[in-house]
Amino acid sequence: MPSFAAIIRRDLRLAFRQGGDGAMAVMFFVLAALLFPFGIGPEPEILARVASGIVWVTALLAALLALDRMFLTDWEDGTLELIRLSPLRLELAVLAKCLSHWLVTGLPVLAATPVVALMLRLDPASLPMLMAGLLIGTPVLSLFGSIGAALTLGARRGGVLVSLLVLPLEIPALIFGVGAADAALDASAGSFDLQILGALLAFALPLCPLAAAAALRQALE
Amino acid sequence: MATNLQGHFTGTGLGAVRGEKRLFSGLDFRLAPGAALVLAGPNGSGKSSLLRLMAGFGRPSAGHFAWDGTEVARDAEAHRARLHYVGHQDGLKPALTVTETLRFWAALGGTPLTDPETALAPLGLAALAGTPCRFLSSGQRRRLALSRLSVRPAPLWLLDEPAVGLDTAALAALSALIRHHRKGGGSVVLSTHQGITLDDAQTLSLADFPWRRPDLPAADLDW
Repeated sequence: MPSFAAIIRRDLRLAFRQGGDGAMAVMFFVLAALLFPFGIGPEPEILARVASGIVWVTALLAALLALDRMFLTDWEDGTLELIRLSPLRLELAVLAKCLSHWLVTGLPVLAATPVVALMLRLDPASLPMLMAGLLIGTPVLSLFGSIGAALTLGARRGGVLVSLLVLPLEIPALIFGVGAADAALDASAGSFDLQILGALLAFALPLCPLAAAAALRQALE
Repeated sequence: MATNLQGHFTGTGLGAVRGEKRLFSGLDFRLAPGAALVLAGPNGSGKSSLLRLMAGFGRPSAGHFAWDGTEVARDAEAHRARLHYVGHQDGLKPALTVTETLRFWAALGGTPLTDPETALAPLGLAALAGTPCRFLSSGQRRRLALSRLSVRPAPLWLLDEPAVGLDTAALAALSALIRHHRKGGGSVVLSTHQGITLDDAQTLSLADFPWRRPDLPAADLDW
């Protein structure tokens, strides 16, 4: 698997060196979540009620932020042709790109979640479930996102198009992610919602790379 | 690498369509080990398209390619392993250095690079090893893209206008690389040979198709 590791290593190196996408995703996540107390007012009860929903929606939007560039720069400068010609199966290359997208945007957002949760007065009891949900759910966002990113290669204003394509696909993850965090409050533990999230991940893990790779082959013809 | 380093690369009855336009049809070629094939034809006649089809990006609308008699489409993976394709785009990231770029290409190809110097030296890039690609001139970028050819041996080189932006020294170096490659039994396909010294190269003309002749009425273009 040297090719698989090479893609991830290079993406991480680029992300660190250019400092762009990861830092931007976290700042967007924190700032967007910060808007809600101003918008709905600082009452702790109201905020606590909606906190997990806010965290999930803003995490989803933060993941979308860098999504259109998942394959775009590689496609524009010809690197995608080299990836296609490498011995690595294109599906696995997509998986590598998803993993690096998640490491660059999903993981930092996950790390910033406790701070944002505190800011939104989330009940500390539901924080572990919220984190667990995000841990399973954010890779799902990256995986579904890869389909949108691959399909919109070559389209004008691809960034907006990606969001329109991908947002509806992410709704199930959102529902069950928030469900898991909220269920923790009434002691039903929310493991059911986590199981559904896990099923979503198990579904997306093999199928999204297949779909995205097919779209990439089309883009490279 | 398990790939056999020599072989006959052939194309039979090749045809391609782009959009609504027919590019070429009924093309045949046969490339023996050590041979060079130059694609000739005006701009837009499908030279790049043919090279991309040879590399396995998409399928020809008619005909097929074969390697030593075995149809290439049957084992696309083996075909990818035996070729180097250098297209119009250089595949460089502004933030990565010359060596890092080369290492990435080598690792992507499955053979981690032990000595970047040997791949950089032939095209005169050794002094630029630590330079980020954003500081390279367009000729230097082209040379770096071409140094991919030295990263791992491959019997088939597909070069799309490799000479663009190269100075005389780099052209001589590229000619020497190609000569060395052919001496070792490798074959090469180029979309132009301007500035590159090639001994006894075959030519495949993409120019003389009836639908591209201006003296024929447009009504004859039906297919």
